[in-house]
Amino acid sequence: MPDDLKSPDDKAAEKIRCDACPVMCYIADGKSGACDRYANHAGELVRLDPLTVIQSGAQAVAFLDQGENAQDWDGDVIQGSRTFVTAVGAGTTYPDYKPAPFIVSQEVEGVDMVTVVTEGIFSYCGVKVKIDTDRHIGEERAIVRVDGEAIGHVMTAEYGSKMLSLGGVEHLTGGSKKEGRVTCDALLRLCNREAVEMVIDDGVTMIVQAGHAPIINGVTEKLMRVGCGSATIGMFAKQWHGHVDEVVVVDDHITGVLTEHEAGKGLEMSPSGIKINGRRSTPGRYFQVAEPGTGWGGTNVEDPLTILKPADPKVARPGMRLLMISTTGEQWAYYILDEDLVPRKAEITPPLLAVAERIAENCEPSLCSVLFMGGAGGSLRAGVTENPVRLTRSVKDALTYVSCGGAEAYVWPGGGITVMVDVMDMPTNSFGYVPTPALVAPIEFTLRREDYGTLGGHVNHIQPVATVIRKDNRRVAPNASQPDPQDSRNYRWTKGAK
Amino acid sequence: MSGPCAVILPGDRLHLQHGPIDLVIGVTGDRRAAFAAAQARFATILDELVTELALLRRLVGDAPLGAVAGMMHRAVLPHKDGIVTPMAAVAGSVAQAVLAAMVAAAPLSRAYVNNGGDIALHLTGTETFRLAVAAPDGTDLGRIAIGAGDPVRGIATSGQGGRSLSLGIAEAVTVLARSAAEADVAATLIANAVDLPGHPAIRREKASDVQPDSDLREHLVVTRVGALSTSERDAALDRGLAMAQNMAARGLIEGAALFLRGGSRVTGLPGTDISKGKTLTHA
Repeated sequence: MPDDLKSPDDKAAEKIRCDACPVMCYIADGKSGACDRYANHAGELVRLDPLTVIQSGAQAVAFLDQGENAQDWDGDVIQGSRTFVTAVGAGTTYPDYKPAPFIVSQEVEGVDMVTVVTEGIFSYCGVKVKIDTDRHIGEERAIVRVDGEAIGHVMTAEYGSKMLSLGGVEHLTGGSKKEGRVTCDALLRLCNREAVEMVIDDGVTMIVQAGHAPIINGVTEKLMRVGCGSATIGMFAKQWHGHVDEVVVVDDHITGVLTEHEAGKGLEMSPSGIKINGRRSTPGRYFQVAEPGTGWGGTNVEDPLTILKPADPKVARPGMRLLMISTTGEQWAYYILDEDLVPRKAEITPPLLAVAERIAENCEPSLCSVLFMGGAGGSLRAGVTENPVRLTRSVKDALTYVSCGGAEAYVWPGGGITVMVDVMDMPTNSFGYVPTPALVAPIEFTLRREDYGTLGGHVNHIQPVATVIRKDNRRVAPNASQPDPQDSRNYRWTKGAK
Repeated sequence: MSGPCAVILPGDRLHLQHGPIDLVIGVTGDRRAAFAAAQARFATILDELVTELALLRRLVGDAPLGAVAGMMHRAVLPHKDGIVTPMAAVAGSVAQAVLAAMVAAAPLSRAYVNNGGDIALHLTGTETFRLAVAAPDGTDLGRIAIGAGDPVRGIATSGQGGRSLSLGIAEAVTVLARSAAEADVAATLIANAVDLPGHPAIRREKASDVQPDSDLREHLVVTRVGALSTSERDAALDRGLAMAQNMAARGLIEGAALFLRGGSRVTGLPGTDISKGKTLTHA
């Protein structure tokens, strides 16, 4: 976690008294003081600050405490540790809309780097949400609603995950006023890592929160499957061998049957005569064994025997041992065939239980991931340069590095500057909104000073980094998973090209 | 505890900040002397107010001792309504006090002190002050030009867009008055009056639950405004307009512009191009 915020669990709902200035406000939990700069976050006084600074090195930078004037500061900022000014809290209108609020320069490894810091108003923006679950949440293309308003839809699924595409200009400004407002509010909360309850047409009710497991129809998802049913057979066949005569791994996509599967044949297992509903794709792999749902392996199955057809009497024999298990190992059932070849529930044996637990152990925790996606429009780029298209070219040419709140932004190929960034890599509460409605998100462009001049940048407005840093800036530690925006390796010019 | 700080902003403007006070100052004239005077006056201003804070947060009554506190008291006195406290004029009064210190210290043809939207003006000769009025989302709503010959020396804006609590639903109410302190309290009270009492889409909370030591105590402040029909919006604006016209008739203000959800009302601002009923669009 890049911030030093306390976990929400140790909540002290008490009012606290702020000692940041002589007013000494009492501040209730979740509220801010008269200045709107300090707030009570679960009993802890935190800054909600104009500008967030990512600071390298463990040691805090010492400022002159009596600083009557910013110019009096000793400049140790740069020598002591490198500081990257993020756009969180930079403000689009204060003190100036154009050019971008802060254009700061700093000498990094002998190269004079310029970072243009702004908070962009994004009407063209949304989030892509990856929800690690095999459960059926709704059909692809189904509408996702919050407060009854359409905010996006279910898109094509990915490995072990369902995907949502939310927001975008059509929901923000193309529909009714309420639709726009609700969409903007839902995006804001998702981006600021808050929980949002959404309902999918003909699907589930779901609570999505970045960095947390999804809660689907009131049930918190635990695990992401280790693989499809067929893959699970392949991975665990050897461990089952000798302990069981047949294993069926129930999966909404590809249900696996051990003795028919290549892995079972490789172990020279004999066919069991167990027959499966659904469409056989290749030996031991079945599609559509049931309807999608929130039961076993993302199907609607509650009783796994419902996917079996009567066993083949020419092959099956009484006393055969059958294991049925889901792709996450969370559900399993063990059976022994009776005289009529009907599976009867029996107590599972320790070796089989151990494999079930191992499957569960190999499943990763289910998470919701929220990626903010937005396009830097002409007016935002105009805050950086007098010739906005040159900024786009500079980004494409890898002369300009784009980050959002200091986190690496993926820049889409093609026209414009359309970026995508994981909100978990950004400082908390990096996002705001305007009633237009549109999201306000931080975006920084970092490049060499000479390149900034070439692309028509507002070079007259460059300020040394020390002059924009104030002692009341919010400071966050660098996020170890993110590249340093000022690292020369981010730029084409270190690779020999000019 | 952090003390007052000062920074020069682009455009030769001085930014002074201490606690909840942010001033942006511009002058035409002896800038160095003016800024030095502003900084010197600002150094103690918050401490002066804090010594009488308890009195200033109570209903307007006994006169306080401090100079800025006295300015607040005098500005609020004509508006005595059983709710308002001298704090309704704090921002304008601070701006006015710092402006006065600069004007006394240096020959200036023009100066302004902007305290978070509450602005104190100094104008001489042919100097003018052009004010852009923006909706809370930054949409340009028009310009107001003030010349040295006009009586206006204070401009204040209040409403949901600001950081003070409001009893009303106005997005912004901009008031022009003879002083910043008078403009400040008037803007606060007109913004409070833009309201639809009992409307289900308006969420209200006790001021003390939002800010435990708010001078609005147990009064219900607006924390969220839901959907309003055009006629409801107009009704709310008309309530505010009635109060503004009443203040103008009593000579307490020179003019006011009220904004809510794309609707507006204007009184006493001849020669301005504040848009009327203009639909807000994204810039």
